[in-house]
Amino acid sequence: MARIALSSSLAPYTDGVLELELEVANVRQLFQALGERYPELRSHLEAGIAVAIDNEIYQDALLQPIDRDSEVILITKIAGG
Amino acid sequence: MSTMLKYQEKELKIVGTRPLRPDGVDKVTGRARFGADYNLPGQLIGKVLRSPHAHARIKSIDTSAALALPGVKAVVTREDFAEMPDEMAAVGELMINFRDVTRNMMAREKVLYDGHPLAAVAAVSESVARAALALIKVEYEILPHVIDVVAAMKAGAPLLNEKQYTAGVKPKPDHPSNVAKRLEYGHGDLAAGFKQAEVIIEREFNTKPVHQGYIEPQACLASYSADGQAELWTSTQGHFVFRAQCAKVLQMEVSRIRVTPTEIGGGFGGKNNIYNEPLAIALSRKSNRPVKMVTTREEVFRGTGPTPGANVKVKIGCTRDGKITAAEAELNFQAGAFPGSPVNQASMCAFTRYDLANVRVVGHDVTVNRPKVAAYRAPGAPIAVFGVESVIDEMAKKLGMDPIDFRLKNAAKEGTQTYYGPKLGPVGYVQTLEAARAHPHYRAPLGPNQGRGVATGFWFNIGNETTCSLNLQEDGTLTLMLGTIDVAGGSRASMAMMVAEELGVEFERVRPIVGDTSSLGFNFLTAGSRSTFASGMACVIAARQMIEKLRQRVAKIREVPAEAVAWKDGRAQPADAGVAQFAPMTLAEIARMGGKTGGTIAGHAEINAQGAGPGFGAHIVDVEVDKQTGAVKILRYTVVQDVGKAIHPAYVEGQMQGGAAQGIGWALNEEYVYGDDGILQNPGFLDYRIPVASDLPRIDTVIVEVPNPNHPYGVRGCGEVPIIPPMAAIANAIENATGLRLREQPFSPPRVLKAIDDAAAAKG
Amino acid sequence: MARNHVSATVNGDQVEFLCETGQTLLDVLRDELRLTGTKEGCGTGDCGACSVMVDGRLVCSCLMLAVEAEGKAIQTIEGMSAGEALHPLQRKFVEHAALQCGICTPGILIAARALLARNPDPSEAEVRFWLAGNLCRCTGYHKIVDAVLDAAREMRGA
Repeated sequence: MARIALSSSLAPYTDGVLELELEVANVRQLFQALGERYPELRSHLEAGIAVAIDNEIYQDALLQPIDRDSEVILITKIAGG
Repeated sequence: MSTMLKYQEKELKIVGTRPLRPDGVDKVTGRARFGADYNLPGQLIGKVLRSPHAHARIKSIDTSAALALPGVKAVVTREDFAEMPDEMAAVGELMINFRDVTRNMMAREKVLYDGHPLAAVAAVSESVARAALALIKVEYEILPHVIDVVAAMKAGAPLLNEKQYTAGVKPKPDHPSNVAKRLEYGHGDLAAGFKQAEVIIEREFNTKPVHQGYIEPQACLASYSADGQAELWTSTQGHFVFRAQCAKVLQMEVSRIRVTPTEIGGGFGGKNNIYNEPLAIALSRKSNRPVKMVTTREEVFRGTGPTPGANVKVKIGCTRDGKITAAEAELNFQAGAFPGSPVNQASMCAFTRYDLANVRVVGHDVTVNRPKVAAYRAPGAPIAVFGVESVIDEMAKKLGMDPIDFRLKNAAKEGTQTYYGPKLGPVGYVQTLEAARAHPHYRAPLGPNQGRGVATGFWFNIGNETTCSLNLQEDGTLTLMLGTIDVAGGSRASMAMMVAEELGVEFERVRPIVGDTSSLGFNFLTAGSRSTFASGMACVIAARQMIEKLRQRVAKIREVPAEAVAWKDGRAQPADAGVAQFAPMTLAEIARMGGKTGGTIAGHAEINAQGAGPGFGAHIVDVEVDKQTGAVKILRYTVVQDVGKAIHPAYVEGQMQGGAAQGIGWALNEEYVYGDDGILQNPGFLDYRIPVASDLPRIDTVIVEVPNPNHPYGVRGCGEVPIIPPMAAIANAIENATGLRLREQPFSPPRVLKAIDDAAAAKG
Repeated sequence: MARNHVSATVNGDQVEFLCETGQTLLDVLRDELRLTGTKEGCGTGDCGACSVMVDGRLVCSCLMLAVEAEGKAIQTIEGMSAGEALHPLQRKFVEHAALQCGICTPGILIAARALLARNPDPSEAEVRFWLAGNLCRCTGYHKIVDAVLDAAREMRGA
């Protein structure tokens, strides 16, 4: 099971849950699983979430694989100027 | 598939040198064409009618007199644009609420700021267009307005959107609010951290909006054909993003709009958003003629997005030996008329330079009756860092520690846990601090009324969707088609340098151009310090793909196995003395035979670049304060920054100097001045004072290179970091010179004088 | 509305154009004569992007009415190089990377040339104060000053 952590700013959308374990093989599956569990989080997942997998940050990388013992952290997307 | 190409240390021939940029001659001769330099036969001139009120309901708009004026060929209002639902929609890879986009572009129920567009006309000349605007009759019901962020957050403040409830709050509030969103980041135990602290400093700061100040106002030219295809020339940081947004608001298929990016006269984030483009296309559609729309400087100030102004609270606790035990901040950002200030990124940047066990940042995105904010170089970060780095400086002084040593003691490094989620990879914060401390500037003597200040900055940098195409022409030269806009002239050159390095050919052999939206797949904006990183990665991939094809082709031509062919020093050569030998082939020789041996040879890349590396910077500034006038003079300025790898050092230096200069203006003079009536009083360069040549000294630069492991040449972005430290560095220098701590930006002469006078009064 | 007929010299060439009374010289250069090298940054004489020479004097063309150009000799950026040969200032700007986006560059080059015509050996401070009427948002002016001083050195006869 991959260890999933959420950035503290996402707490309002998951009733305060910031750590969980999920059986997912890529980012898209991760978003699907999280979206089912936390419907309030769903719009944020597609809109503005980047994913750090073992400390490498990925933005808009739905097919990025997640290994069985990966550490995954969801953070908000970055834009710039 | 996301793409990361690992860094490989190797001997470089071209990357790191300073060749002349390929578009330089056009720019110094006036030949280069910017947004307003394009014209089409039969074109009309388009102009926009803007609200004279800060907040009002639109009861009616009567355009009949305008339409009847001879020479007027089309008029558009809210009636000409579809309603958009209140939801986030994907556009390219941004998620945007188009309900807000379409309203910012043309007001529907209400006007929400002085300058808000509500109608546009197209006429045979500018003077006729202006006359037509004066004939449009609008009935307004004026409403109370609010422009101060703290006032807008209070219950009972005039509401911009009666259906806006603060997101991110549990339970969901039952009254609407101007606070569009609340967010919170943090980790550890803040209360325990402050308990551990032996010294605590808590301060409040206020900043005004400032404009990106690009010298070229927005300009576009649209030509709509009766078969439903539109051509658009516009000055933009992202032609694919503009195409996507125009297509959405105009309800057109994306590939029916062909956007050609013109040269761009500065953007800095301010040209990431559409303004007149959909209006020009709609007017062209209605009039069946091309329509050119050029914004005036006054319209730029009244109608395009500045940064937020903000209210910032910072509290830091420390042990006596200099270890930060707790850090807290509250960031209240003006979003302007619609939600979407960069308070999220500001929150993530506020404390990231430090390794903190206990930290919390709360941010509020607040709507006010001002233009909708737009990005400006490291959006939000300079504001948050103004507060944090000022308090860091105060703390160092209170503890009797050198300001750089204090930062070093708490510095973030590789492996530091950020408070927004991941751990930092290899980063150069310590190296930039040490380089700053070692610089002769840091020890130079100071005279009376002079002071020195230091501050640091951090920015994430990004990658994202990028495409490019590299073609071998029949004479052995190469054309490189890029999809990433070249805002500052350095990136076109840097891409060509990386391709030339990969292929082992001279720089001049690679001709880069930026293609239109029909030439390539989607490219994200040039923003987020991403172009050299992401487009560079794409170019390297395209070059390597071309090399592979060249090897295969030579193997066929010379009738040897492919493994026998190596690409070295710009030619196909035998790979190994032992295996098959053959006469080497140059690019020109291969190209000449290309058509007859299978077709021309090309490389291309369509990637979503990942693995951008964050950048850190440290600035040192010396100031002299004139106690009679309150004027603050910048005597000396040094920018130290980790850029990963400087592909073209002159352009990296230019980014460091330019960003610092903008930060200096932000600190000393720039601000939006509003009257109590909510009307902007200084929409021009006379009273909105950006730095001029005589305001600034030489800006020395020190390039630190801690390679980004996720880019083939180690590139991090470099464009945004340098605007982050100046406000705090200058506030710290003023304090060092006078003992006065300024927490209201800008530190203009009246404010400095007031602080001097207040201090004297308090003493005496 | 009736338009005015104006004759002038631009970059050494005789020109004639029609203009409304309210049009500025900048409007006419760009929209009637199609010389788009001179830029509008502000329209109020504050940014210098529209700098041209009129009878040997440095002028903001946005502050001059087109009708005032009658009989005058005007020089714009398009006349600065001699065929393919760039003026030393133009060359030095490219060599020193003294431009980034390039929008302010024509105005700064015209202004810098005017400075060197009256003061061939300016100090750094003199360069900075002379160019204070030309706003640049990209460069921080550092490399611009270096380029002007280097061009001055070359023009003095190195």
